[in-house]
Amino acid sequence: MLKCQNLTKIYKSGENETKALDDVSFEIEKGEFVAIMGPSGSGKSTLMHILGALDNPTQGKYFLDGNNVSELSENQLAEIRKKQIGFVFQAFNLLPRTTVLRNVTLPLIYEETPREERRKMAEIALNAVKLDPERWNHLSNQISGGQMQRVAIARALVNNPSLILADEPTGNLDIKTGDFILETFKRLNKEYGHTIVLITHEEEVADWADRKIVIRDGKIIEDVTKNMKFKTGSK
Amino acid sequence: MLLSDTIFETFNAITANKARSGLTVLGIVIGIASVIAMLAIGTGAQKDIADKIKGIGSNLLMVMPGEQKSFGYAVRGGGGSAQTLTMDDVEAIQEDVDLVEEVAPSSSGKKQIVSSLSNTNTTVNGVTNNYADVKNIEMSEGIFISEKNNKGISKVVVLGQDVAINLFGEEAEVIGQKIRIEGINFSIIGVTESKGGSGMTNEDDAVYIPLSTYQQYLQGDDYLSLINLKVVDQDSMTKAQSQVEELLLARHKIDNSEDADFNIMNQADIVEMASSATQTFTILLGAVAGISLVVGGIGIMNMMLTNVTERTREIGLRKSIGAKKKDINQQFLFESIILTFIGGAAGILLGIGVALGVAKFGGISTEISMFSIVLAVGVSALIGIVFGYYPARRAANLNPIEALRYE
Repeated sequence: MLKCQNLTKIYKSGENETKALDDVSFEIEKGEFVAIMGPSGSGKSTLMHILGALDNPTQGKYFLDGNNVSELSENQLAEIRKKQIGFVFQAFNLLPRTTVLRNVTLPLIYEETPREERRKMAEIALNAVKLDPERWNHLSNQISGGQMQRVAIARALVNNPSLILADEPTGNLDIKTGDFILETFKRLNKEYGHTIVLITHEEEVADWADRKIVIRDGKIIEDVTKNMKFKTGSK
Repeated sequence: MLLSDTIFETFNAITANKARSGLTVLGIVIGIASVIAMLAIGTGAQKDIADKIKGIGSNLLMVMPGEQKSFGYAVRGGGGSAQTLTMDDVEAIQEDVDLVEEVAPSSSGKKQIVSSLSNTNTTVNGVTNNYADVKNIEMSEGIFISEKNNKGISKVVVLGQDVAINLFGEEAEVIGQKIRIEGINFSIIGVTESKGGSGMTNEDDAVYIPLSTYQQYLQGDDYLSLINLKVVDQDSMTKAQSQVEELLLARHKIDNSEDADFNIMNQADIVEMASSATQTFTILLGAVAGISLVVGGIGIMNMMLTNVTERTREIGLRKSIGAKKKDINQQFLFESIILTFIGGAAGILLGIGVALGVAKFGGISTEISMFSIVLAVGVSALIGIVFGYYPARRAANLNPIEALRYE
């Protein structure tokens, strides 16, 4: 479903060239829950930007659902993000002073989804992240951090993207709330079959995923899939 | 993006920071309101003057003596100083030019007038009986100078409204009283109705005596300082003017009309002359108001730029969930247009209010023109687009990755 071939990304600033990604290749199947792990500066953010169709690689190819995303224009990338990718950020990035429902339906306004359908889609997404319906009409700044992140996940889910990209989703949360969020991802993966890519620098967070890709200095140094037994154990 | 969504987002953004949006809008409100109010005052003044001049008589042509030309000297007297127009000219016009309905010759000069109570300096007009008809003079009391007065070289006088008040005070019984002009006694036989007006066009500040009396006692010769002609209708003005000109040129034995020893002016010339001054005044007022409008526009741009910076992360988020450049551009542009639109609407109301207030309490006549409103609306829409364009483009061009990272 997702295929990276020899991805290389070079940043130029004046005379200096920095190789953020160096010949990275891997594939992710539909329904996988993958953690991309690495310390800061390892190139994992760059990789996420390419996977999230926010950026193009300098070299190499990236296929999403069979489409070559790596050679698209800015507008075409926006189209891919709109239809196929859902982002979850460390800082939640909810619109302030806006209701939970409005936040969740935000991606739908760019798809010009009819208004009647939006509410239904938002309800499905909010139920999937188990947010108490009482909170749905609260303003985004009136709810707790954990709730905010669940709203953000619901927003990422709302239009049924092929891929959910979560960038350090627990970075701003305490361990207990963070675990609850990770559990939510796990559940979305197992119960709803969503493909989830989790970007993190923490081993404990990465452990929630079924597969771990470790990246360092722009190269993949480890790519392990947990065995079935272990997977069941961690559940 | 659906229009209803754009409107919702805009409304949300504007109400998110009410104080700042309000202050920004205020800049536009003041700009638009001052443009409308200032233009209303200017146009009002212009219309005022035009109205007053029209009040003098609408089918009126005025023949005035030309400049005094002294041969051999490079000295030129002022317009109207020459002694070229006579009663013979008047009779000739009356007989030969059919388009002229009535001819009212006059001679006039500034004189000191003394009553038993007071004295004043005003214009004394020596006129014939049809002067009142030609110049649309109405009587408030008594009668106007008659043909009999002229034949008899009577020492009678009709006072203008202002002169009557200056000499005898308000509400005084003036008919039958006497005044003195250059030591000669005149009996008052009437007072004219007030026509309004100011400066050189003020007809209330004048007195009327028989032309024959004026020429004999005050002037000492029989030249005329003005011949007023009433033309049959307004459409014949140009034709009548050229016929009169031709006749007078022939009578004065002048071949080239450029050497004419008289000037003919019509109503339109006078209105134009007087309104050119107020036009300058209107333009000046409008320009000052326009500057405040531009300042208001810069306020909008400033706010929108702050807005873009403040909402960088939001823009990054919107882009990450699929908003295209066009969507972001549209959203921010719409915001500034709505801001100026609100400001424009409020400004129009305020401007009309100020114009009406000035008219009511300031005693200045104002005229709110459709043109100024259309201009204000157009300018505010333009400001919204022009000053909103740059911030919107900045927002649309933000790199989503950097925007999301923005602290």
